[in-house]
Amino acid sequence: MADDQDRSGSEHGAEHGAEHGGRGELSTLLPPKERWWERLGPDERRWLTIAFVWCLVLFSGMYVWLAIGDQQTPIESYRIDPFVFQQEVDAFVEEYQIDERDGAAVVEPPPGSDVYLHANQFAFRPVLQLQKDEEYRLLVSSTDVQHGLSLQPTNLNFQVLPGYLYVIRITPDEVGEFPIVCNEFCGLGHHVMTGLIVVD
Amino acid sequence: MAVSAPPAPSRTCNVTGFLIDRNGQRLALANVIAAFALLAFGGFQAILIALQRQGLPISDDWWYRLLASHGATMLLFWLLFFEVAALYWGSTMLLNARMVAPRLAWANLTMMVVGVLLAQWAMLAGEATVMFTAYPPMEAHPLYYAGVLLFAVGVLLACVHFFSNIVAAKREKVYEGSLPLVVYGLAAGAIIAIYSLATGAVAYGMLFLNSIGVLETVDPATYRIFFWGIGHGAQQVNLAIMVALWYALIAFTVGGRPVNEGLSRVAFLLYIAFIHLGATHHLLVDPGLGTSHRIMNTSYMLYLAVLASLIHAFSLPASIEQAQRERGFTRGLFGWLKKGPWREPGFSALVLSIVIFGFIAGVSGVLMGTMQLNMLIHNTLFVVGHFHATVVAGTTLAFMGFSYYLIPLLTEKRLVAPKMARLQPYVFGGGVLVLVLSMLLAGQMGVPRRVSDLGYEAAPVGVDMFATGATPLVMLAVTIGALIAVVGGIMFVYVIAMTLIKGERSETPDEGLRIAFGPRARMRAAAGEGIPAAAAERAPTGTDVATDEEHEHVTGTKPRWRRFEAPGTYVMVLGFLAWFVILYVVAHFNLSMSWPVG
Repeated sequence: MADDQDRSGSEHGAEHGAEHGGRGELSTLLPPKERWWERLGPDERRWLTIAFVWCLVLFSGMYVWLAIGDQQTPIESYRIDPFVFQQEVDAFVEEYQIDERDGAAVVEPPPGSDVYLHANQFAFRPVLQLQKDEEYRLLVSSTDVQHGLSLQPTNLNFQVLPGYLYVIRITPDEVGEFPIVCNEFCGLGHHVMTGLIVVD
Repeated sequence: MAVSAPPAPSRTCNVTGFLIDRNGQRLALANVIAAFALLAFGGFQAILIALQRQGLPISDDWWYRLLASHGATMLLFWLLFFEVAALYWGSTMLLNARMVAPRLAWANLTMMVVGVLLAQWAMLAGEATVMFTAYPPMEAHPLYYAGVLLFAVGVLLACVHFFSNIVAAKREKVYEGSLPLVVYGLAAGAIIAIYSLATGAVAYGMLFLNSIGVLETVDPATYRIFFWGIGHGAQQVNLAIMVALWYALIAFTVGGRPVNEGLSRVAFLLYIAFIHLGATHHLLVDPGLGTSHRIMNTSYMLYLAVLASLIHAFSLPASIEQAQRERGFTRGLFGWLKKGPWREPGFSALVLSIVIFGFIAGVSGVLMGTMQLNMLIHNTLFVVGHFHATVVAGTTLAFMGFSYYLIPLLTEKRLVAPKMARLQPYVFGGGVLVLVLSMLLAGQMGVPRRVSDLGYEAAPVGVDMFATGATPLVMLAVTIGALIAVVGGIMFVYVIAMTLIKGERSETPDEGLRIAFGPRARMRAAAGEGIPAAAAERAPTGTDVATDEEHEHVTGTKPRWRRFEAPGTYVMVLGFLAWFVILYVVAHFNLSMSWPVG
């Protein structure tokens, strides 16, 4: 079995391969010829350059959006004892509750304040009444399992972990009722886990 | 590891010319049959899950059980069984080598099967309705975690076996020089598998210890970091092995060779080094991580793993183009593609898999992995659409295409119903395409994942936005796509099962297929069969042939394209990039329309 290759002879590759009993041909399935590092062809060079530039654009794009975008990934977060969180939520509801709706407390906190949102099986409570164009700090945590905070239809989605307080600054910029659904599987009542933000 | 056992009996494959180790053959076959059984099982679950959306009365409890089992079956079990078979195939048959410890491989297989049975029992009995992600503090039966761990250890041992086979083959000098590109890609997959499974073992190990009362608590944020090492890592194994088998399919269907061996290998190295950082894609809207951490990890360190995929995005079609041009299909920019063997199931599966994977799965993945864009996507059905594009349209379809060669060559049986095989990739690919596009759209409309009732009828505070307007129509398209894909899946399982059971044993098991690799293909080529219309398409003036010395080995490029090795591919990748850029801009526009948040 000869192993030698005629690099420029691949036009006749089929015949060549046949002559060499199948071990002389080039294929993705066969060991490459001795020196398999060839110089990049011009197309490859060009494409590699373009592709790398695009990768750098994708990378720097995130920093550019940090500088110019109004929608940023929330970073501020703390560890919190679920028991403490529960107490803070209760105090918050007691202080600002204005109404009740479908069995859930409706709370109207002062504009621009810290607002608690409690996720547990299977509800986001309380119902929040917020004012348009005011920034609120949403303090979100869970007291049982993991949940997914999905604010619709603006479609903002965050992970809620027990033991972690996630601070999400939001500025509602439209008036209306905005449902919250849970989009992290949290048990057999996952499909009844909802909440509500009312903006006026 | 190279234990000197008496050499296992082997045979020479008439079609490929490789020496086939019978132990490797039996083990690859056993693993691949387990894989197909799981694929069929997961497909059956898909029917129920999809029909429930249209009113099939399945209780919420059972729907979640089915969803949990469908996820684990398809994302982990089916693919990893198949991949173990691919690793055995690559490390023995492609190298003319042997399984160094076949008994150990049977033990692995037993562990994997027992692990799957335990996990399936727990999930279907309602003892482990925690989904594939199993996020603590939700709890499952200890045997669920034990089952998955047992399975993972079985796969780990198979990966070790893969490398042992290669080391033994190298020592015994049964192949010369470097590994073939396909085996190199499989090795990349095996390396990624080893570290992914190791992180997964830590994650599920913590939960197992917690479930039997040894560990008091498992921190949910820490768990998520470890879990996504396997949750995403396993998908990167799929990626590397799928790309390796794409290269194999190019050889089988058009007789292609790598355009540039070195560059393709560098791309696999980039996968090994950087792709696991993508696990952070799942943590982009988690509390507890800083901005730089998120950006560096989610970008795979300057997107070097994406660069690897972009290299393959050029190399794969260029390799097809080059092979086709060498076969004489030189007309125009895309004559090579138009005249491709579209009736060859491996070819149609290959092309559909590459196209859907690249244009939809890859692009949607990068968009989701962009830190700020992730807020619009996290845990919506968009995520589900993305991974059906990668794992179903990409990996599963590629594995199906590959099976049409693997099964006849392993069993020495002719493919039963080759006509159905020819049609199958189109049905399956088409169905998955509908499924994926409608899932992506539903996700853009905010539809949450893993929710059994989108009408929220039992919710105290009602939500009717997914039960009205366009969403039900989109969800109907999801069901229709799923059902079409299932039909494609049934066709596949039928062809393979019938071949295994009733296939005619033959010296020439490639009958009904047109394998463009190996001695039989060369014989056909010599007889003028394999290269239809070559002479007719090519002007015999000599102007066809590039004069530029640098390109002399690349024939078929017409003079005006002399500067290009693969002009058609070059145009296609530029089109792909344009599509990528447009979607990137559109996604940021959508983001800018959302509430200010930070």
